[in-house]
Amino acid sequence: MDDNQESKGWNPYLAGALTGLLLVFSVWFTGKYVGASTTFVRSAGLIEKVFNVERVANMEYFKKEIPKVDWQFLFVIGIFFGSLIASTTSRSFRWQAVPTMWESHFGPSKIKRAMVAFVGGVIAMFGARLADGCPSGHGLSGSLQLAVSGYISLICFFVGGVIVTTIFYRGGDKHE
Amino acid sequence: MSELVYGFVTGIMFGFFLQKGRVIRYDKQIGALRLIDMTIVKFMFTTILVAMVGVYLLKDLGLAKLSLKPTILGANIIGGIVFGIGWGLLGYCPGTQLGALGEGRWDAFWGILGMLVGAGIFAEFYPALKKTVLTWGDLGKITIPQILGVNHWIIIAAFVILGILMFRWFEKKGL
Repeated sequence: MDDNQESKGWNPYLAGALTGLLLVFSVWFTGKYVGASTTFVRSAGLIEKVFNVERVANMEYFKKEIPKVDWQFLFVIGIFFGSLIASTTSRSFRWQAVPTMWESHFGPSKIKRAMVAFVGGVIAMFGARLADGCPSGHGLSGSLQLAVSGYISLICFFVGGVIVTTIFYRGGDKHE
Repeated sequence: MSELVYGFVTGIMFGFFLQKGRVIRYDKQIGALRLIDMTIVKFMFTTILVAMVGVYLLKDLGLAKLSLKPTILGANIIGGIVFGIGWGLLGYCPGTQLGALGEGRWDAFWGILGMLVGAGIFAEFYPALKKTVLTWGDLGKITIPQILGVNHWIIIAAFVILGILMFRWFEKKGL
């Protein structure tokens, strides 16, 4: 299956508006604002507890963000299934280890991609926890409430991202 | 228990819409950061504007409460830029990478592993950060209408107009 056969998906404004309504109903019915990065903290705590219960119990950050399965945890798991359902029913599911744009610039090495993705994940989550939110918690939930923290963080997410991609992608595509 | 069910159902719908909007994949996320494809910005700002109107309407009707994160300049700015650097390398966000895995882009698995490690490292540094960066420029839980001292609907109207102008500009430029 290649990109030419794949349907283009929905208009981003339509998909975005429906997502906006979903967030409104979530706040209305359950009082919950979406977020994702706290779940990684709780998960890390749950994993560390397997090795050393006492240590986790005494760590200040895990006292603040208690390692447990909560609303947001299931929300994050749900994203996986929602995307799986949407992609497998529209022929847009594709088993891919190296993204197309990455490959056209950095080549087909799966190891290179895995290493950069892992390091990127470590840095991104450290930053998200420092900022106290990610593009979901600050970017969507913060901005929609007109929170100052939401807009400052969202702008900084893009500033950091634009700087890195400009450096890494300079000189155009090398592997075409 | 019902809270967990609500979370799961909301997540499924969120992931469904994100996949349909084609905003999950690496090429779209990095496309926006390279300023060549604004699909995720269009999606994200439409979501924000619709939810902004809806949530403030609910608030004014007494049907919902805001849940604000404090503005701490040091944390928001430094943390935000650090997140952006990681995001530019990985090409997925914490939430969307689960969706990327769901549509078969399994390099997201390495990002998920990295994020779990990153969260663990942050937990180790938290006591030190709490006394430093997390106190720099702590302004509390503030909103834009609060600091400007105007009614929130004026700000909301301004954001909607600015949003529409931005979308028109994107379409004109073919971004």
